[in-house]
Amino acid sequence: MTYEKIDNYRWRIPKSYKSGMRVDGVIYADEKMIEDIRSDKAAEQVANVAFLPGIVKHSFAMPDIHWGYGFPIGGVAATDIEAGGVVSPGGVGFDINCGVRLVRTNLKESDVKAKLKDLVYGLYNNVPAGVGSKGEIRISEAEERKLLVEGSAWVVKKGYGSQVDLDYTEEKGAIKGANPDAVSPRAYERGKNQSGTLGSGNHFMEVQVVDHVYDAETAAVFGLEAGQVTLMIHSGSRGLGYQICDDYSRDMIRCLAKYNISVPDRQLACAPIKSEEAQAYLGAMRCAANYAWANRQCLMFLARRVFEKVFAMGPKDLGMDLIYDVAHNIAKIEKHDIDGKEKLLCVHRKGATRAFAPGHPELPAKYKKTGQPVIIPGDMGRNSYLLTGTKGAQETFFSTCHGAGRLMSRSAAIKAGMGRSIKAELEKKGIVVMASGRETLSEEMPEAYKDVNEVVNVVHEAGISKRVCRMRPLGVIKG
Amino acid sequence: MERGVIPMERYEIIPHTADIGIKAYGKDLKELFANAAYGMFDIIADLDGLKSSITVSIKAQAPNREELLVAWLGELLYHFYTKQIIFFDFEIEELTDTRVKAKASGRSVGENRNRLKTEIKAVTYHELKIEGKKKRFTATVIFDI
Repeated sequence: MTYEKIDNYRWRIPKSYKSGMRVDGVIYADEKMIEDIRSDKAAEQVANVAFLPGIVKHSFAMPDIHWGYGFPIGGVAATDIEAGGVVSPGGVGFDINCGVRLVRTNLKESDVKAKLKDLVYGLYNNVPAGVGSKGEIRISEAEERKLLVEGSAWVVKKGYGSQVDLDYTEEKGAIKGANPDAVSPRAYERGKNQSGTLGSGNHFMEVQVVDHVYDAETAAVFGLEAGQVTLMIHSGSRGLGYQICDDYSRDMIRCLAKYNISVPDRQLACAPIKSEEAQAYLGAMRCAANYAWANRQCLMFLARRVFEKVFAMGPKDLGMDLIYDVAHNIAKIEKHDIDGKEKLLCVHRKGATRAFAPGHPELPAKYKKTGQPVIIPGDMGRNSYLLTGTKGAQETFFSTCHGAGRLMSRSAAIKAGMGRSIKAELEKKGIVVMASGRETLSEEMPEAYKDVNEVVNVVHEAGISKRVCRMRPLGVIKG
Repeated sequence: MERGVIPMERYEIIPHTADIGIKAYGKDLKELFANAAYGMFDIIADLDGLKSSITVSIKAQAPNREELLVAWLGELLYHFYTKQIIFFDFEIEELTDTRVKAKASGRSVGENRNRLKTEIKAVTYHELKIEGKKKRFTATVIFDI
């Protein structure tokens, strides 16, 4: 594959690379990263996404790009609805609205250090995690249908949080247009009893400390300063989302012939947004998105309860306010300016985060000046970041990276972890880790990931988001 | 097993950066489908020494052989999550290019929870392939984990 260097942080895959590409591919990366990307199959996937009917501008990939299925992880693509644009379930992924939320606290590192083990064990024992884990919230199908439409608000109504939490959640925790009738009985069955569960693999809950502030003024708006403790939650729509993606991926393979669409990978199966099939998928996908926001709201509630117990403090003194919650696997209908004309686009972000610039009407009043908070989890041994959206992100439909991005396959990581105790290695660095899966810690070892510092450096330097502060892990629970 | 025939591996793991893939083998398509299913559950759980105690009938349909493999594995995954059974013995009763009927046997997750290793979210169509030569069929499947 040939890359053309656009500048120090942008690389082009020209549409002449492969017959059928409708637009160029553009990858955000530095010189060193592009070498790793070259040895992966991810770049080929960037080219494949460029086949999608109605795609506008470019098939984008963020610096945390790695090989996925259909779309690469870190892929961003928008299609023009009026120009026959399509939606592809493979451009969202199985874990619909996998995302992260960041919670501030009034605690300092020294407060937490003394009780770190109690805190991590407390979280581990009170937050259901692991393969197929079940939550404490049991609801009827009729109630579940309500949850799929109301999202986080449903959970708040049950007493698991407050109205303020909704204000600081993307889409206020419930995207409009969710259609519970488009969700299959199997998806209901797999989603049942999984509300308030973390899941497995790379999903986690992490206690962190702000260890560097780049922009004190913005950090202050988020209620943060150096030395302060934060909580980060990474989870998604669990079995419900997986089943919805599964159901519709199968249906959409049929749509390729029906709508005469040619794509190089079956996992890129798609349908024109105006079609019945696409509307059904979007209705179901939004249900899963709302389920995921509800889930993260439950998880935050469970975590707040543990903090209150471990520190014997009330909610007011703890100050565990939600800074923001972002989706990083989703397709959204958004208006964007394309060559001076406002167009209605379907923006796919798969392993990418929405990053609205200051002044965007959808931002809560408090964040109008700062831009949207963007939460970037790293691996469990290094750092995580809080960024904000910028005007420069207009070029990517206001999208940026979503994490560190994997570097090693899981089997390679398990091999590299043989004979080692990842838990002990992290403990030496002062990080307490608990995981339920036998191989999770090896699979998720820091060196299996790209260095998030390098990833964030690219999006900052490229001007598609801006650093606010950096966090360092203190304690982690994994599924 | 036929005499004098060297037993072949049931499957091998193919590395994938974010997810996990398998290449399954079989002397015929029935064995291929059974081995792919075994490979999937071997990723999910530690199957070593498990004896089956539950049997479930599984049926799946799809428009072609490759998509049938995804549908078959997807069906088993659905039963794993909803009925909480770790499957490892597969008796394929009928197999055409568009239909499969089988008996899947395994053990309840219950007391074997500590054997669970990896959450497979779904079976993908990415790089899905079935290739067949005389008495040696291979299938490539990638799972989202």
